[in-house]
Amino acid sequence: MPGHVIHTEHLFKQYETAAGISPVLKGINLTVARGEFVAIMGPSGSGKSTFMNILGCLDTATSGHYYVNGQDVTVLDRNQLAHLRNKFIGFVFQGYNLLPRLSARDNVSLPLVYSGASVPEMRTRAQELLEKMGLGQFSDFLPNQMSGGQQQRVAIARALVNQPSLILADEPTGNLDTATSYEIMDILTKLNESDSITIVLVTHEPDIASYAKRLVRFVDGQIVYDGAPPPRKAREAA
Amino acid sequence: MMFFSMQRQAWHAMSANRLRTFLTMLGMMIGVGAVVLMLAIGQGAQYMVEQSISSMGSNLFMILSGGTTSGGVRTSTGAAPTLTAEDAQAMTDLPSIAAVAPMASGSAQIIYGANNWATQVYGTTPSFLIVRDWNVSSGYPFTDSDVRSATRVALLGQTVVANLFNDEDPVGKTIRIRNSPYLVVGVLDIKGQSLDGRDQDDTILVPVTTAQRKLFGSQFRGSVRMIMAQATSAQAMNKAERDLNDLLRQRHHLSENTESDFTVRNLTALAEATAQTTRIMSMMLGAIASISLLVGGIGIMNIMLVSVTERTREIGIRIAVGARALDILLQFLLEAVIISIVGCLVGAILGVGGAWLVNKLMDTPVVITAWSIVMSFLVAAAIGIFFGFYPARKAANLKPIDALRYQ
Repeated sequence: MPGHVIHTEHLFKQYETAAGISPVLKGINLTVARGEFVAIMGPSGSGKSTFMNILGCLDTATSGHYYVNGQDVTVLDRNQLAHLRNKFIGFVFQGYNLLPRLSARDNVSLPLVYSGASVPEMRTRAQELLEKMGLGQFSDFLPNQMSGGQQQRVAIARALVNQPSLILADEPTGNLDTATSYEIMDILTKLNESDSITIVLVTHEPDIASYAKRLVRFVDGQIVYDGAPPPRKAREAA
Repeated sequence: MMFFSMQRQAWHAMSANRLRTFLTMLGMMIGVGAVVLMLAIGQGAQYMVEQSISSMGSNLFMILSGGTTSGGVRTSTGAAPTLTAEDAQAMTDLPSIAAVAPMASGSAQIIYGANNWATQVYGTTPSFLIVRDWNVSSGYPFTDSDVRSATRVALLGQTVVANLFNDEDPVGKTIRIRNSPYLVVGVLDIKGQSLDGRDQDDTILVPVTTAQRKLFGSQFRGSVRMIMAQATSAQAMNKAERDLNDLLRQRHHLSENTESDFTVRNLTALAEATAQTTRIMSMMLGAIASISLLVGGIGIMNIMLVSVTERTREIGIRIAVGARALDILLQFLLEAVIISIVGCLVGAILGVGGAWLVNKLMDTPVVITAWSIVMSFLVAAAIGIFFGFYPARKAANLKPIDALRYQ
């Protein structure tokens, strides 16, 4: 599907447990065009996180098809998936997922380690992005020397370091206070608007979802709503 | 992934848990140290044996006269005067024999000035020095004309010199052997211990004729106790042994079914057996030490397995940002190899230091060869790869989502 960053067809996912087969995703059809900013909401157990993991090529669907930039990922091997994660997808996690023993700069340049960049190139690129995130003077800090908001900004810098076309953010503000959450969301909005990076975001909070341009609601492994996000009013009230 | 950045990642991981990294290396250090030390000691022993063998001279035969049989009582070899200096002379014509030295020996009291010393006196010919591969360190050896005219000249071994002459140069001095004056014409080089532990330097050489006629005077004129013969090469040893037997049986007029009245002993074969024993001992020492190397390797595997489990989440993050299975595999393998190689280097230094200590404190010869260090280095790298591979593969095969969720 040219022009579509994400396109899924009848995506099913089920887990086999001792209690029997439990379906998690029941035929998801979703298309996300380049430059969209989509928020996925839904109660716990609705399958939104599983869906995100499949979108991020960290997990595979039981059946159905998933296309990234028109490429069917169900036919790719492990190395090709690694390449896809490295070059086209940036992850932002709830728990930041930084390597505790590496400095902010080394954390940001981690994806470059696997794309064969030279060491000086890694340093400049990481420094550039940390500065863009307003963390220029923190590049030698370890993650535990920084605040949660700063760590999440390091994680965003890491997600951006290989200039991906898609950013997957799994509850990026889940561990942050309201003010810091808005800062992070402002950064993501700016990336979406000025760098036209496609963003898919999972969240529980309506005011966070209101930053997106499109809302997809999951219930019991199915999409029950696909349309406009909640109005900004919710956010201003908070 | 480029090698330099891989090395940096490995270094980060190793420096994060210094004590553990050190203890893992310690296993390798002890293993490699033990191998290097044991090989050094084993090869030292081997070297000592080989040294004694070469000090004896190479490709040697010792021909002893037979024992007497009188009234059913047999005496030891060398008791009957069946060998003569002429036998020795005849042997020199054999093509398989390079040099021959007859020997008439006895012990005697030596006097010089106020000092006296009891030692073994050998009557022989100048070719003795060739047969035994022995040089004169000062002065000159006596000559064939000394042998012909049975002059009273002597060559002294170093131990004799040390006991009779304090700081004097013995060459040109006159000593007394059994109260007769002898002119010291030369001093022999240091030879050291023989295989059976005798001091080979505690000796005096005089012309064989002098020994026979003037020193030990035998009722059998011209008889010698034994003859030493040197074959032309190691390959000629068997032929030389046959030639010597044939020649002597013919000269002694022995018929087909008469027992020989002499014995030909292959000294080199005896020495080779000793050398073989030492080689086996040396190999066994190495083998025992290798076990500790193996234990060190298992230690690496153990720690790497713990490390993979502990760093599951890290592996998950690396996979999420694009690490391939091969990258993860190489990262952990590199860690294992670095640990084993650094451990090996330190171990080699410890081994060499230990060998030096053994040499200084216990006065045991040690030999450190380049190959024993190169070998243990290669073995260490191989152990790192071998024992690092299983944990590394385990890490590389983790499912990304499981690794990321691991708490």
